[in-house]
Amino acid sequence: MNWLLVAAGAMVGAPLRYLTDRAVRSRYDTDFPWGTLAVNVVGSLVLGLLTGAALAGATGSRLQLLLGTGLCGALTTYSTFSYETLRLAETGARPRAVVNVVVSVAAGVGAAFAGVTLADALWA
Amino acid sequence: MTAPIPEGRDGARTAAPVRPRWRAQAPVLAVVAAGGAAGACARYAAALWWPTRTGGFPWTTFCVNVAGCAVIGAFMVLVTEVWTAHRLARPFFATGVLGGFTTFSTYAVDGRQLFAADQARTALAYLAATPLAALTAVWAAAWATRRLLKGAPTGTGGTDPRGAEPS
Repeated sequence: MNWLLVAAGAMVGAPLRYLTDRAVRSRYDTDFPWGTLAVNVVGSLVLGLLTGAALAGATGSRLQLLLGTGLCGALTTYSTFSYETLRLAETGARPRAVVNVVVSVAAGVGAAFAGVTLADALWA
Repeated sequence: MTAPIPEGRDGARTAAPVRPRWRAQAPVLAVVAAGGAAGACARYAAALWWPTRTGGFPWTTFCVNVAGCAVIGAFMVLVTEVWTAHRLARPFFATGVLGGFTTFSTYAVDGRQLFAADQARTALAYLAATPLAALTAVWAAAWATRRLLKGAPTGTGGTDPRGAEPS
């Protein structure tokens, strides 16, 4: 059952990441990986919310597996983030590669803090 | 978010190519979903086998993310520079399996939780070490793969590898 929850969440999260990336690429003519940045920040915010809700006793372990491990885990990615950063560096856009790392980490961790704080305000 | 452009006047022009493109996207979405589920289950298995102690360095997520970055570095060199891969190979394995296996949200929230547990030094070490190790892994794997395969295409008769179609 637990495995099915993780798989079900991931079957939504991974295509959502793909569709977000496609939508961003079709609208903005840029090689900066805005799509991956967006899903990573949104996923960190949602997982922060879920973690805060769990700490407050508002959610059970099943919802954590479905939405946390499954959905948020598959919506966000470290491998694509790293690969896109490498591509920026290899194609001569080193300053943008550095900006991508710094902004992704700062915004992702900031979103995680914001999510937990928001959950505290909502459920604690 | 991917709705057709709101300007109704050229709707006839934009709607026509959008539909077949969406039909072509269905198999891609299916393999991304299947790969994502497999990758997420592998990450869940790793978390069950090597649980992280509360307040400790999240080694499991760290290793999962660094391993996923190493594999994508090698895989992308293979499918973009060496093989003429099936069109679903990259969405299935890179976007699906590796994207589902690695995670940014758990990295960010684990970092936040370490701060909350008064483990600021471990939090900072973890938040800095993961991107450093991940980027080193993707770069080193891409470099090693290129180096290992250097000369391989010309050694098979001197034909242009891009001209060779898969049988």
